[in-house]
Amino acid sequence: MSDYASCEIKRPLVRMVRRPAASLAHRTIVYIIALIGALLTGALLIWILGHNPIDVYVSMVRGTFGKRISFNETVKVTVPLLVTGMAVAIAFRMRFWNIGAEGQILIGGVAATSVVVYGQAIPQVPKLILMSLVAMLAAGLYAAIPAFFKAKWDTNETLFTLMMNYIALKLIMYLQYQPGWQADRTTFPKIRSFTPDARLPRVMGIHIGWIIALVLVVIYFIYVKKTKHGYEISVVGESMNTARYGGMNVGRILIRTMFISGALAGLVGFIQTSGADGTLTESTAGGMGYTAITVAWLSKMNSFAMVFVALFIAMLQRGSSSIQTSHGIPASAASLLTGLILFFMLGSEFFINYRLVFRGRPYHG
Amino acid sequence: MDRFINFMNAAVLAGTPLLLGTLGEILTEKSGNLNLGVEGMMFMGAISGLAGAWFAEQWFGWTGVPAALIALLISFLAGAFGALIYAFLTVTLRANQNVTGLTLAIFGTGFGNFFGELLGKRAGGFVTVTSATKQAFAKLDLGPLSQIPVLGRLLFSYNWLVYLAVIIAIMMHLFLRKTRRGLNLRAVGESPATADAGGINVNVYKYLATVVGGGICGIGGMYMTMVTTSGVWVHNTILGYGWLAVALVIFATWSPARALYCGLIFGGLMMLRLYLPIPGVPQQIYDMLPYVATIVVLIVMSIRQSKEYAQPKSSGLNYFREER
Amino acid sequence: MTQEDKLAIRMRHISKSFGTVVALDAVDFELKEGEIHALLGENGSGKTTLMNILSGIYYPDDGDIAIMGQDVAICSPKDAFNLGIGMIHQHFKLVDVLSVAENIVLGLPPSEETKRKRLNQTIRDIADRYGFDIKPESKIYDLSVSEKQTVEIIKVLYRGANMLILDEPTAVLTPQETEKLFDILRAMKADNKAIVIITHKLNEVLAVSDRVTILRKGQKIDTIPTATANRQILTEMMVGRKVDLQIERPEVTERKLMLQVNQLTALGPDGRKMIDRISFDAYGGEILGVAGISGSGQKELCEAIAGLCPVVGGSILFETKLNGVDVAENLVGQTPEAIIRKGISLAFVPEDRLGMGLVASHDMIDNVMLKNYRDHKGPFVDRQTAREAAEEMVDALEIVTPGVRTPIRQLSGGNVQKVLLGREIRSNPQMLMVAYPVRGLDINASFTIYRLLNEQKMKGVSVIFVGEDLDVLMEISDRLLVLCHGRISGIVDPRTVTKEHVGLLMTGGHDEEVGA
Repeated sequence: MSDYASCEIKRPLVRMVRRPAASLAHRTIVYIIALIGALLTGALLIWILGHNPIDVYVSMVRGTFGKRISFNETVKVTVPLLVTGMAVAIAFRMRFWNIGAEGQILIGGVAATSVVVYGQAIPQVPKLILMSLVAMLAAGLYAAIPAFFKAKWDTNETLFTLMMNYIALKLIMYLQYQPGWQADRTTFPKIRSFTPDARLPRVMGIHIGWIIALVLVVIYFIYVKKTKHGYEISVVGESMNTARYGGMNVGRILIRTMFISGALAGLVGFIQTSGADGTLTESTAGGMGYTAITVAWLSKMNSFAMVFVALFIAMLQRGSSSIQTSHGIPASAASLLTGLILFFMLGSEFFINYRLVFRGRPYHG
Repeated sequence: MDRFINFMNAAVLAGTPLLLGTLGEILTEKSGNLNLGVEGMMFMGAISGLAGAWFAEQWFGWTGVPAALIALLISFLAGAFGALIYAFLTVTLRANQNVTGLTLAIFGTGFGNFFGELLGKRAGGFVTVTSATKQAFAKLDLGPLSQIPVLGRLLFSYNWLVYLAVIIAIMMHLFLRKTRRGLNLRAVGESPATADAGGINVNVYKYLATVVGGGICGIGGMYMTMVTTSGVWVHNTILGYGWLAVALVIFATWSPARALYCGLIFGGLMMLRLYLPIPGVPQQIYDMLPYVATIVVLIVMSIRQSKEYAQPKSSGLNYFREER
Repeated sequence: MTQEDKLAIRMRHISKSFGTVVALDAVDFELKEGEIHALLGENGSGKTTLMNILSGIYYPDDGDIAIMGQDVAICSPKDAFNLGIGMIHQHFKLVDVLSVAENIVLGLPPSEETKRKRLNQTIRDIADRYGFDIKPESKIYDLSVSEKQTVEIIKVLYRGANMLILDEPTAVLTPQETEKLFDILRAMKADNKAIVIITHKLNEVLAVSDRVTILRKGQKIDTIPTATANRQILTEMMVGRKVDLQIERPEVTERKLMLQVNQLTALGPDGRKMIDRISFDAYGGEILGVAGISGSGQKELCEAIAGLCPVVGGSILFETKLNGVDVAENLVGQTPEAIIRKGISLAFVPEDRLGMGLVASHDMIDNVMLKNYRDHKGPFVDRQTAREAAEEMVDALEIVTPGVRTPIRQLSGGNVQKVLLGREIRSNPQMLMVAYPVRGLDINASFTIYRLLNEQKMKGVSVIFVGEDLDVLMEISDRLLVLCHGRISGIVDPRTVTKEHVGLLMTGGHDEEVGA
């Protein structure tokens, strides 16, 4: 008992106590502090690299909203992030860790491009509709594969969906050499550009992907909150046992929801190839499938919150490219900063769920 | 025969970073922390190791072995730092393990590419270490051992990191199976409440296992820049090895000893294209092999469940003593 | 020696809150050396919380603790066993994949003492001294529940504990095993060890303890010598008023065959056979009790009937009306969804209330519609009807909740169970299966549940009651089915059979069928 003597009457300096449901105001304050913390950490990094943090942040904001054209570019980044965010979120609500949105976007892009390659005679409007449908169907089926194995044998979906990202990527690399797909008059492996009739029309200077995204925000909300499907997703996410007990066909719900999740990502593939880039490349998804996880989590799977979070993350990305030109800071700063912000947000939730009690100050419930 | 030996050599060389990542993650998961951020930690180790060696050369004029040792140390610290962020968030602040791990993967990838580009600019175009340092990562000459026919080339013709990885695997196996602390760590991963009631400091074990595991992942990343790409920074250099490593943990059924041959098999799969081309199968389709194989492994492992060789029970769950 | 010196433990003014719930409110507690002290209280009275503070699981918000006259702070379980306090938790704290010996030395610093050979010898010595029977090399997952308890006790003794706390140790034991445990406790007492036994069973208090401390709603009521107590006094102190602890068993004259189970064989989650060729009938208008040591196949039996557990053989025939004609529908191979579609109304209150019966983070409305949300036409859910149903349930069953939009997990155990049972009864079932329906509930809530079950029985519903408390089962059931290792070891008439006899059946002694 001698080694105990040192601990005698030594009460713990600080203890953690679970807090009853925190108020909205409390949550908001905690999140804002976390965001400031993340930005300050980023500022510290910028300062260490020998730049003036305020300068850098200001030029990031300028690069996003400064001119009409930069604002349009920001929206162009926001749209796929937002839709992919919903794709990921609908699976996350079911606690199905779909981190394969990246690959599903690519498959959607491949499917849409196949219409361009093999259906040249189709007129513009039916072509665009066909492209979007094929993209959604292909990506939906692609995403349903891991769901099938999850339903049947509880196969780990995180790694499964992830591996499928690389398979999709290799598929595109393969297609880059294929006749009909490869751009003419070049030995450089590259998929040819879309003809103008395979491009999405523009509204207010931006391709109409933004309208599609906003409509989806509303549909997503209704689907998740008001429909039987949405209810089933929430029950399966909480407890598969309860779902089974309640008479739900869990396997069918898993596969159906993942089909929808994949289809949304596939739609992004279509929007990116037909709207933003006008071609299919290895970087059509460009890490969007991963960044979307951040978007979904930060907005707590709520589609309206996702609009703002996606816009914010898009600002970071656009801003990072602009500081690359203005300050010579690599554009990868975007994922560094995104990671930092999510780290801080994740950590901050502790201060929503728990409170700290310090020694000498008795806790009164 | 020659072809086979060459193939085995290539498989070992390609499998070693995977093995290191897998070993790091096994140690981490044994504590009940499911850290999906291996990819990120490998990225952090990769760039830090390279930067460490480069700065050692630039600032102190250390080349060759000293630079290599600096790379080892710095890459371990960088991976450990990534793991420390993860441990702080999940153990102390009880954040969701899945999302924290994914975030670490995103963050680490950004970290690697960001500093990779920055370093490239600083070095005036692109980074590369001196040939003396490259030589320190070339295959060792183990004297008479390397001279043994067949066996010499099969077993004693690698760089020192390969042997380091094997030693880590064996030591980790002994640690988990034979020592009291290893027993404690397994108990923490299986049932933290039991370990806690038995007087084991659960948080200390979780932190240490996660941080050391992250450090080992970091060394795996360093291998990719110093050996695979011979001391040159390549954008997106890790390319999914970290994720493969997480999957390999399942294939190896959480055993460091079995990780040895799992790493070899996957190293072989990656190299198969060069040594056993199948006519008519394009290179890009062949490149899918390791990823497809991983999926097959995942499915097979999920079909046959075993009580002894299973994931530590508390894996993915945070522990809070006062939780009711 | 002064009075103070002989105190092993003295706790003063201990308070502890969880969120807004005050679990302990300035409680005092004293334990003498060489005594068996019963800590009596209802579920939720704070008795386990008080002892968890002693064993370092919780840290008190307020109050002082002295061990052997020394003031101490117990910050962790390690501190607790350094002080000689060992607790055997209700949910055993053992690592399944490790051996008995490995579990016993878990967390101890390595030394000569803990070398394998020496260790096995020490374990055998302890086992011999107190009359345990255990092999140090066995893996925990191969052990029975009572063997696991033995390992827990040896673990504490090995660490040199001289103060032992046992939390509801008899809940999982047969009457015979309970007697044996009590003998062991008396032997330890003779060794001058101080023992606390946490319980809510009066006859155990009276049978084994020297003194008894009664807690009620987080407050200490009194500490009295057991010799001066009787059931009446203890009940009043525990519940706070005079109550009749007799459970009713109303007689129903008309019984109608509802369910025929023939040669049913079912597998557990790991593919092992948990139910092995069992056959029995269940009737409308009766409560069929199901007794057995935990893990004897009770869970799989209920889940097989509910269509949630893979059946590999036999049949489950359910008497029902299809288009106005009486038919016996075989439930085997049908999903819960299909069973619901057939119009078979089978209600099930599972053991895992928040993990199977309800969705913990959802509100009452979403939980009420779990089984009938499909009835509403169209793609949308009908929360309006569900809300009305929820509000009716709150009134009818006196459910205490801030509102029907409050997540279920914020409700107390008794109210959670009322929501679950209430929903199941609302579906007007022909058959009602309840698994451990009063576990964790206080006496008031328990009697509400008994009353509801009896009401269903009077309405002609066939009730299957899986329970662990033999006294309750024998009072409420019309017939009592005893399971042992997945087989039926007897179906007896609880009015005539003795508790000891049922205990024998639980551990394998076979029996001629006594009841109808």
